[in-house]
Amino acid sequence: MQQTRTMELGTGLFVLLGIGALFFLTTQTTGRNDFDADETFAVQARFENIGSLKTRAPVSMSGVTIGRVTDIQFDPVSLEAVVTFVIDSKYDQIPDDSDASILTAGLLGSQYIGLQPGGSSFFLEQGSEILYTQSAIVLENIIGKFLVGGRPEGDEE
Amino acid sequence: MLREILDTFLKFLRTFGAMVLFFVRVFLHSPAVFFSRFPLVIKQVYNAGALSIVIIMVSGLFVGGVLALQAFANLERFNAEDTTGIFAGFALIKEIGPVITALLFAGRAGTALASEIGLMKATDQLSAMEMMAVDPVRYVVIPRFLGGVISMPLLTAVFTTIGLAGAHVVAVEWLGVDVGAYWQQLQQALDMEDVLEGIYKSIVFGIIASLLAVWEGYNAIPTAAGVGRATTRTVVITAIAVLIFDFMITAAVSLR
Repeated sequence: MQQTRTMELGTGLFVLLGIGALFFLTTQTTGRNDFDADETFAVQARFENIGSLKTRAPVSMSGVTIGRVTDIQFDPVSLEAVVTFVIDSKYDQIPDDSDASILTAGLLGSQYIGLQPGGSSFFLEQGSEILYTQSAIVLENIIGKFLVGGRPEGDEE
Repeated sequence: MLREILDTFLKFLRTFGAMVLFFVRVFLHSPAVFFSRFPLVIKQVYNAGALSIVIIMVSGLFVGGVLALQAFANLERFNAEDTTGIFAGFALIKEIGPVITALLFAGRAGTALASEIGLMKATDQLSAMEMMAVDPVRYVVIPRFLGGVISMPLLTAVFTTIGLAGAHVVAVEWLGVDVGAYWQQLQQALDMEDVLEGIYKSIVFGIIASLLAVWEGYNAIPTAAGVGRATTRTVVITAIAVLIFDFMITAAVSLR
Protein backbone atom coordinates (compact mmCIF):
# COMPACT_ATOMS: atom_id res chain seq x y z
CA MET A 1 0.00 0.00 0.00
CA GLN A 2 2.77 2.36 1.00
CA GLN A 3 4.60 1.45 -2.18
CA THR A 4 1.59 2.21 -4.37
CA ARG A 5 1.34 5.61 -2.76
CA THR A 6 4.98 6.45 -3.47
CA MET A 7 4.56 5.28 -7.04
CA GLU A 8 1.45 7.35 -7.59
CA LEU A 9 3.04 10.40 -6.01
CA GLY A 10 6.20 10.01 -8.06
CA THR A 11 4.30 9.50 -11.31
CA GLY A 12 2.04 12.46 -10.61
CA LEU A 13 4.99 14.68 -9.81
CA PHE A 14 6.86 13.55 -12.93
CA VAL A 15 3.95 14.08 -15.31
CA LEU A 16 3.20 17.47 -13.74
CA LEU A 17 6.84 18.53 -14.10
CA GLY A 18 6.92 17.34 -17.70
CA ILE A 19 3.74 19.15 -18.67
CA GLY A 20 4.93 22.26 -16.86
CA ALA A 21 8.19 22.15 -18.81
CA LEU A 22 6.34 21.64 -22.11
CA PHE A 23 4.14 24.61 -21.27
CA PHE A 24 7.19 26.72 -20.49
CA LEU A 25 8.90 25.76 -23.75
CA THR A 26 5.91 26.45 -25.96
CA THR A 27 4.88 29.73 -24.36
CA GLN A 28 7.99 31.35 -22.91
CA THR A 29 10.78 30.61 -25.36
CA THR A 30 9.07 31.59 -28.61
CA GLY A 31 8.69 35.07 -30.00
CA ARG A 32 6.24 37.21 -28.15
CA ASN A 33 6.31 39.91 -30.82
CA ASP A 34 3.74 37.83 -32.64
CA PHE A 35 1.14 40.11 -34.05
CA ASP A 36 -2.35 38.77 -33.77
CA ALA A 37 -5.47 40.75 -34.41
CA ASP A 38 -8.98 39.46 -34.91
CA GLU A 39 -9.78 41.78 -37.79
CA THR A 40 -7.31 43.10 -40.29
CA PHE A 41 -7.32 44.85 -43.63
CA ALA A 42 -4.90 44.18 -46.47
CA VAL A 43 -2.80 46.88 -48.10
CA GLN A 44 -0.39 46.61 -51.01
CA ALA A 45 2.86 48.38 -51.74
CA ARG A 46 5.28 48.13 -54.66
CA PHE A 47 9.00 48.16 -54.10
CA GLU A 48 11.89 48.27 -56.51
CA ASN A 49 13.89 46.00 -54.23
CA ILE A 50 12.71 44.29 -51.07
CA GLY A 51 16.12 43.08 -49.93
CA SER A 52 15.58 40.05 -47.73
CA LEU A 53 12.10 40.91 -46.53
CA LYS A 54 10.10 37.78 -45.74
CA THR A 55 6.46 36.97 -45.18
CA ARG A 56 5.45 37.29 -41.50
CA ALA A 57 7.84 40.23 -41.16
CA PRO A 58 6.38 42.95 -38.95
CA VAL A 59 4.89 46.20 -40.21
CA SER A 60 5.50 48.99 -37.76
CA MET A 61 4.62 52.60 -37.29
CA SER A 62 6.46 54.74 -34.75
CA GLY A 63 8.15 51.51 -33.66
CA VAL A 64 4.90 49.76 -32.74
CA THR A 65 4.02 46.58 -34.62
CA ILE A 66 0.65 47.18 -36.25
CA GLY A 67 0.66 44.51 -38.93
CA ARG A 68 2.39 41.70 -40.71
CA VAL A 69 3.55 40.94 -44.25
CA THR A 70 1.36 38.20 -45.70
CA ASP A 71 2.45 37.88 -49.30
CA ILE A 72 5.33 38.84 -51.58
CA GLN A 73 4.94 38.58 -55.34
CA PHE A 74 6.88 39.73 -58.36
CA ASP A 75 4.97 41.71 -60.95
CA PRO A 76 6.28 40.56 -64.37
CA VAL A 77 4.90 43.63 -66.15
CA SER A 78 6.16 46.50 -64.02
CA LEU A 79 9.17 44.44 -62.85
CA GLU A 80 8.56 45.37 -59.24
CA ALA A 81 7.99 43.45 -56.04
CA VAL A 82 4.40 43.59 -54.80
CA VAL A 83 4.20 43.24 -51.04
CA THR A 84 0.84 42.62 -49.40
CA PHE A 85 0.50 43.16 -45.68
CA VAL A 86 -2.34 43.23 -43.19
CA ILE A 87 -2.89 45.92 -40.59
CA ASP A 88 -4.96 45.58 -37.45
CA SER A 89 -8.42 47.02 -38.13
CA LYS A 90 -8.34 49.24 -35.07
CA TYR A 91 -5.70 51.38 -36.78
CA ASP A 92 -8.09 52.70 -39.41
CA GLN A 93 -6.91 56.31 -39.41
CA ILE A 94 -3.58 55.99 -41.19
CA PRO A 95 -3.38 58.61 -43.96
CA ASP A 96 -3.42 57.02 -47.41
CA ASP A 97 -0.39 58.99 -48.56
CA SER A 98 1.80 57.47 -45.84
CA ASP A 99 5.04 56.10 -47.17
CA ALA A 100 6.41 52.61 -46.63
CA SER A 101 10.10 51.82 -46.42
CA ILE A 102 11.93 48.59 -45.83
CA LEU A 103 14.15 48.97 -42.78
CA THR A 104 16.51 46.75 -40.89
CA ALA A 105 16.23 46.07 -37.16
CA GLY A 106 19.69 46.73 -35.83
CA LEU A 107 22.79 46.44 -37.94
CA LEU A 108 22.33 42.81 -38.94
CA GLY A 109 18.77 42.25 -37.81
CA SER A 110 15.81 41.07 -39.84
CA GLN A 111 14.00 43.45 -42.17
CA TYR A 112 10.60 44.97 -41.57
CA ILE A 113 8.32 47.57 -43.14
CA GLY A 114 8.20 50.96 -41.48
CA LEU A 115 5.32 53.33 -42.20
CA GLN A 116 5.74 57.11 -42.03
CA PRO A 117 2.48 59.05 -41.72
CA GLY A 118 1.48 61.40 -44.51
CA GLY A 119 -0.90 64.36 -44.36
CA SER A 120 -3.89 63.17 -46.34
CA SER A 121 -7.36 63.23 -44.82
CA PHE A 122 -8.22 59.92 -46.49
CA PHE A 123 -7.29 56.78 -44.69
CA LEU A 124 -5.85 53.44 -45.69
CA GLU A 125 -8.50 50.73 -46.07
CA GLN A 126 -8.92 47.23 -47.43
CA GLY A 127 -7.30 47.03 -50.87
CA SER A 128 -5.53 50.40 -50.82
CA GLU A 129 -2.10 50.74 -52.26
CA ILE A 130 0.74 52.72 -50.77
CA LEU A 131 2.24 54.84 -53.54
CA TYR A 132 5.30 56.23 -51.83
CA THR A 133 7.77 53.50 -51.11
CA GLN A 134 11.43 53.27 -50.42
CA SER A 135 13.34 50.12 -51.23
CA ALA A 136 15.56 48.17 -48.93
CA ILE A 137 19.09 49.40 -48.61
CA VAL A 138 21.32 46.72 -50.04
CA LEU A 139 24.69 46.82 -48.35
CA GLU A 140 26.52 45.50 -51.41
CA ASN A 141 25.20 48.36 -53.58
CA ILE A 142 26.48 50.97 -51.14
CA ILE A 143 29.87 49.30 -50.97
CA GLY A 144 29.87 49.06 -54.77
CA LYS A 145 29.18 52.79 -55.08
CA PHE A 146 32.04 53.57 -52.76
CA LEU A 147 34.40 51.34 -54.69
CA VAL A 148 33.44 52.72 -58.11
CA GLY A 149 32.42 56.31 -57.51
CA GLY A 150 34.56 57.04 -54.52
CA ARG A 151 31.94 59.47 -53.28
CA PRO A 152 28.57 58.62 -51.72
CA GLU A 153 25.37 60.02 -53.19
CA GLY A 154 24.40 63.55 -52.18
CA ASP A 155 27.93 64.46 -51.25
CA GLU A 156 28.46 66.91 -54.12
CA GLU A 157 30.00 70.25 -53.35
CA MET B 1 33.35 -19.04 -47.19
CA LEU B 2 30.62 -17.74 -49.49
CA ARG B 3 28.23 -20.14 -47.81
CA GLU B 4 28.98 -18.63 -44.41
CA ILE B 5 28.49 -15.08 -45.61
CA LEU B 6 25.19 -16.06 -47.16
CA ASP B 7 24.14 -17.78 -43.93
CA THR B 8 25.02 -14.75 -41.84
CA PHE B 9 23.12 -12.52 -44.21
CA LEU B 10 20.06 -14.74 -44.14
CA LYS B 11 20.20 -14.87 -40.35
CA PHE B 12 20.38 -11.09 -40.19
CA LEU B 13 17.45 -10.83 -42.59
CA ARG B 14 15.44 -13.23 -40.44
CA THR B 15 16.13 -11.28 -37.25
CA PHE B 16 15.26 -8.06 -39.01
CA GLY B 17 12.02 -9.51 -40.33
CA ALA B 18 11.07 -10.87 -36.90
CA MET B 19 11.81 -7.42 -35.45
CA VAL B 20 9.54 -5.66 -37.95
CA LEU B 21 6.73 -8.17 -37.34
CA PHE B 22 7.16 -7.67 -33.60
CA PHE B 23 6.94 -3.87 -34.05
CA VAL B 24 3.77 -4.21 -36.10
CA ARG B 25 2.27 -6.44 -33.42
CA VAL B 26 3.17 -3.98 -30.67
CA PHE B 27 1.74 -1.05 -32.65
CA LEU B 28 -1.49 -2.84 -33.51
CA HIS B 29 -2.25 -3.84 -29.93
CA SER B 30 -1.05 -0.63 -28.28
CA PRO B 31 -4.30 1.40 -28.38
CA ALA B 32 -6.36 -1.44 -26.93
CA VAL B 33 -3.81 -2.13 -24.17
CA PHE B 34 -3.59 1.57 -23.33
CA PHE B 35 -7.27 1.63 -22.41
CA SER B 36 -7.75 -1.85 -20.98
CA ARG B 37 -4.56 -2.02 -18.88
CA PHE B 38 -4.14 1.61 -17.93
CA PRO B 39 -2.82 0.97 -14.37
CA LEU B 40 -0.01 -1.15 -15.80
CA VAL B 41 0.92 1.65 -18.18
CA ILE B 42 0.99 4.15 -15.30
CA LYS B 43 3.31 1.84 -13.38
CA GLN B 44 5.69 1.81 -16.33
CA VAL B 45 5.52 5.60 -16.67
CA TYR B 46 6.79 5.61 -13.10
CA ASN B 47 9.57 3.12 -13.89
CA ALA B 48 10.70 4.69 -17.14
CA GLY B 49 9.93 8.34 -16.47
CA ALA B 50 9.71 9.27 -12.82
CA LEU B 51 12.78 7.24 -11.88
CA SER B 52 14.80 8.88 -14.68
CA ILE B 53 13.97 12.41 -13.62
CA VAL B 54 17.03 12.95 -11.42
CA ILE B 55 19.62 11.93 -14.03
CA ILE B 56 17.75 14.02 -16.62
CA MET B 57 17.68 17.12 -14.45
CA VAL B 58 21.31 16.94 -13.37
CA SER B 59 22.49 16.27 -16.95
CA GLY B 60 20.30 19.06 -18.31
CA LEU B 61 21.69 21.58 -15.87
CA PHE B 62 25.29 20.86 -16.79
CA VAL B 63 24.72 20.50 -20.52
CA GLY B 64 22.95 23.87 -20.56
CA GLY B 65 25.78 25.39 -18.57
CA VAL B 66 28.51 24.06 -20.84
CA LEU B 67 26.64 25.23 -23.95
CA ALA B 68 26.45 28.74 -22.55
CA LEU B 69 30.17 28.65 -21.71
CA GLN B 70 31.16 27.50 -25.19
CA ALA B 71 28.82 29.92 -26.91
CA PHE B 72 30.03 32.82 -24.80
CA ALA B 73 33.71 32.06 -25.40
CA ASN B 74 33.19 32.11 -29.17
CA LEU B 75 30.64 34.91 -29.45
CA GLU B 76 32.78 37.16 -27.29
CA ARG B 77 35.24 37.41 -30.17
CA PHE B 78 32.60 39.14 -32.27
CA ASN B 79 31.26 41.23 -29.40
CA ALA B 80 28.03 39.27 -29.71
CA GLU B 81 27.79 37.86 -26.17
CA ASP B 82 24.17 38.96 -26.02
CA THR B 83 23.28 36.24 -28.49
CA THR B 84 24.45 33.49 -26.11
CA GLY B 85 20.78 32.87 -25.39
CA ILE B 86 20.01 32.19 -29.06
CA PHE B 87 22.84 29.70 -29.35
CA ALA B 88 22.00 27.83 -26.16
CA GLY B 89 18.27 27.92 -26.86
CA PHE B 90 18.50 26.66 -30.43
CA ALA B 91 20.96 23.94 -29.56
CA LEU B 92 19.00 22.73 -26.54
CA ILE B 93 15.52 22.88 -27.99
CA LYS B 94 16.21 21.46 -31.44
CA GLU B 95 19.12 19.06 -31.00
CA ILE B 96 20.78 18.49 -27.66
CA GLY B 97 17.60 18.20 -25.60
CA PRO B 98 15.91 15.41 -27.58
CA VAL B 99 19.12 13.54 -28.45
CA ILE B 100 20.80 13.50 -25.04
CA THR B 101 17.51 12.70 -23.34
CA ALA B 102 17.08 9.73 -25.69
CA LEU B 103 20.63 8.52 -25.01
CA LEU B 104 20.21 8.90 -21.25
CA PHE B 105 16.83 7.21 -21.49
CA ALA B 106 18.41 4.28 -23.32
CA GLY B 107 21.01 3.98 -20.58
CA ARG B 108 18.70 4.43 -17.63
CA ALA B 109 15.29 3.07 -18.67
CA GLY B 110 16.01 1.11 -21.86
CA THR B 111 18.49 -1.20 -20.16
CA ALA B 112 16.09 -1.72 -17.27
CA LEU B 113 13.30 -2.69 -19.68
CA ALA B 114 15.49 -5.04 -21.70
CA SER B 115 16.99 -6.81 -18.71
CA GLU B 116 13.65 -7.08 -16.94
CA ILE B 117 11.91 -8.66 -19.92
CA GLY B 118 15.00 -10.75 -20.69
CA LEU B 119 15.09 -12.10 -17.14
CA MET B 120 11.38 -12.88 -17.26
CA LYS B 121 12.11 -14.87 -20.38
CA ALA B 122 15.18 -16.58 -18.86
CA THR B 123 13.16 -17.61 -15.79
CA ASP B 124 10.36 -18.94 -18.03
CA GLN B 125 7.82 -16.40 -16.79
CA LEU B 126 6.87 -15.50 -20.35
CA SER B 127 6.34 -19.17 -21.27
CA ALA B 128 4.26 -19.61 -18.12
CA MET B 129 2.05 -16.73 -19.19
CA GLU B 130 1.60 -18.25 -22.62
CA MET B 131 0.70 -21.50 -20.90
CA MET B 132 -2.08 -19.68 -19.04
CA ALA B 133 -3.27 -18.12 -22.31
CA VAL B 134 -2.05 -14.69 -21.25
CA ASP B 135 -0.33 -12.94 -24.14
CA PRO B 136 3.04 -11.72 -22.79
CA VAL B 137 3.23 -9.08 -25.52
CA ARG B 138 0.04 -7.49 -24.31
CA TYR B 139 0.63 -7.97 -20.61
CA VAL B 140 4.38 -7.38 -20.33
CA VAL B 141 5.75 -5.75 -23.47
CA ILE B 142 3.18 -3.18 -24.51
CA PRO B 143 2.66 -1.49 -21.10
CA ARG B 144 6.45 -0.99 -20.92
CA PHE B 145 6.54 0.31 -24.48
CA LEU B 146 3.71 2.76 -23.81
CA GLY B 147 5.30 3.89 -20.55
CA GLY B 148 8.46 4.79 -22.45
CA VAL B 149 6.58 6.52 -25.25
CA ILE B 150 4.65 8.68 -22.77
CA SER B 151 7.72 9.45 -20.67
CA MET B 152 10.13 10.55 -23.38
CA PRO B 153 8.51 13.85 -24.49
CA LEU B 154 8.01 14.82 -20.84
CA LEU B 155 11.61 13.96 -19.96
CA THR B 156 12.85 15.91 -22.98
CA ALA B 157 10.82 18.95 -21.99
CA VAL B 158 12.22 18.79 -18.45
CA PHE B 159 15.77 18.36 -19.77
CA THR B 160 15.46 21.33 -22.14
CA THR B 161 13.87 23.60 -19.55
CA ILE B 162 16.47 22.78 -16.91
CA GLY B 163 19.14 23.20 -19.61
CA LEU B 164 17.88 26.70 -20.38
CA ALA B 165 17.97 27.45 -16.68
CA GLY B 166 21.56 26.14 -16.50
CA ALA B 167 22.54 28.27 -19.49
CA HIS B 168 20.85 31.24 -17.83
CA VAL B 169 22.82 30.72 -14.62
CA VAL B 170 26.15 30.49 -16.45
CA ALA B 171 25.51 33.26 -18.98
CA VAL B 172 23.68 35.79 -16.83
CA GLU B 173 24.81 35.17 -13.26
CA TRP B 174 28.35 34.13 -13.98
CA LEU B 175 29.52 35.62 -17.28
CA GLY B 176 27.48 38.80 -17.00
CA VAL B 177 25.28 38.68 -20.10
CA ASP B 178 22.38 41.07 -19.66
CA VAL B 179 19.31 39.12 -18.53
CA GLY B 180 16.95 41.10 -20.76
CA ALA B 181 19.14 40.65 -23.83
CA TYR B 182 19.50 36.93 -23.11
CA TRP B 183 15.79 36.17 -23.02
CA GLN B 184 14.64 38.72 -25.58
CA GLN B 185 17.13 37.56 -28.20
CA LEU B 186 16.15 33.96 -27.49
CA GLN B 187 12.45 34.67 -27.80
CA GLN B 188 12.82 36.65 -30.99
CA ALA B 189 14.99 34.06 -32.71
CA LEU B 190 12.94 30.99 -31.79
CA ASP B 191 9.75 30.19 -33.61
CA MET B 192 7.01 27.83 -32.56
CA GLU B 193 8.23 25.58 -35.38
CA ASP B 194 11.58 25.16 -33.67
CA VAL B 195 9.97 24.11 -30.40
CA LEU B 196 7.66 21.75 -32.27
CA GLU B 197 10.64 20.22 -34.08
CA GLY B 198 12.12 19.33 -30.70
CA ILE B 199 8.83 17.86 -29.51
CA TYR B 200 8.38 15.78 -32.69
CA LYS B 201 11.89 14.48 -32.30
CA SER B 202 11.28 13.49 -28.69
CA ILE B 203 8.13 11.58 -29.70
CA VAL B 204 9.98 9.71 -32.47
CA PHE B 205 12.93 8.96 -30.19
CA GLY B 206 10.54 7.75 -27.49
CA ILE B 207 9.02 5.25 -29.88
CA ILE B 208 12.44 4.11 -31.16
CA ALA B 209 14.11 3.76 -27.77
CA SER B 210 11.16 1.95 -26.16
CA LEU B 211 10.59 -0.39 -29.10
CA LEU B 212 14.24 -1.40 -29.34
CA ALA B 213 14.48 -1.95 -25.58
CA VAL B 214 11.44 -4.22 -25.37
CA TRP B 215 12.48 -6.03 -28.55
CA GLU B 216 15.98 -6.75 -27.24
CA GLY B 217 14.53 -8.04 -23.98
CA TYR B 218 11.87 -10.13 -25.68
CA ASN B 219 14.37 -11.53 -28.16
CA ALA B 220 17.15 -12.14 -25.61
CA ILE B 221 18.85 -15.52 -25.40
CA PRO B 222 17.36 -16.89 -22.15
CA THR B 223 20.60 -17.22 -20.22
CA ALA B 224 22.45 -14.90 -17.85
CA ALA B 225 24.96 -14.03 -20.58
CA GLY B 226 22.16 -13.56 -23.11
CA VAL B 227 20.35 -11.05 -20.90
CA GLY B 228 23.59 -9.15 -20.36
CA ARG B 229 24.20 -9.06 -24.08
CA ALA B 230 20.66 -7.86 -24.74
CA THR B 231 21.18 -4.99 -22.30
CA THR B 232 24.37 -3.89 -24.02
CA ARG B 233 22.84 -4.19 -27.46
CA THR B 234 19.91 -2.04 -26.36
CA VAL B 235 22.18 0.90 -25.60
CA VAL B 236 24.28 0.48 -28.72
CA ILE B 237 21.42 0.02 -31.17
CA THR B 238 19.29 2.75 -29.61
CA ALA B 239 22.17 5.23 -29.76
CA ILE B 240 22.82 4.49 -33.42
CA ALA B 241 19.15 4.53 -34.38
CA VAL B 242 18.47 7.78 -32.51
CA LEU B 243 21.42 9.56 -34.11
CA ILE B 244 20.51 8.38 -37.61
CA PHE B 245 16.87 9.36 -37.18
CA ASP B 246 17.95 12.69 -35.72
CA PHE B 247 19.91 13.41 -38.85
CA MET B 248 17.02 12.39 -41.09
CA ILE B 249 14.43 14.45 -39.20
CA THR B 250 16.70 17.50 -39.15
CA ALA B 251 17.38 17.12 -42.87
CA ALA B 252 13.68 16.72 -43.63
CA VAL B 253 12.73 19.76 -41.56
CA SER B 254 15.49 22.08 -42.70
CA LEU B 255 15.47 21.17 -46.40
CA ARG B 256 11.72 21.60 -46.66
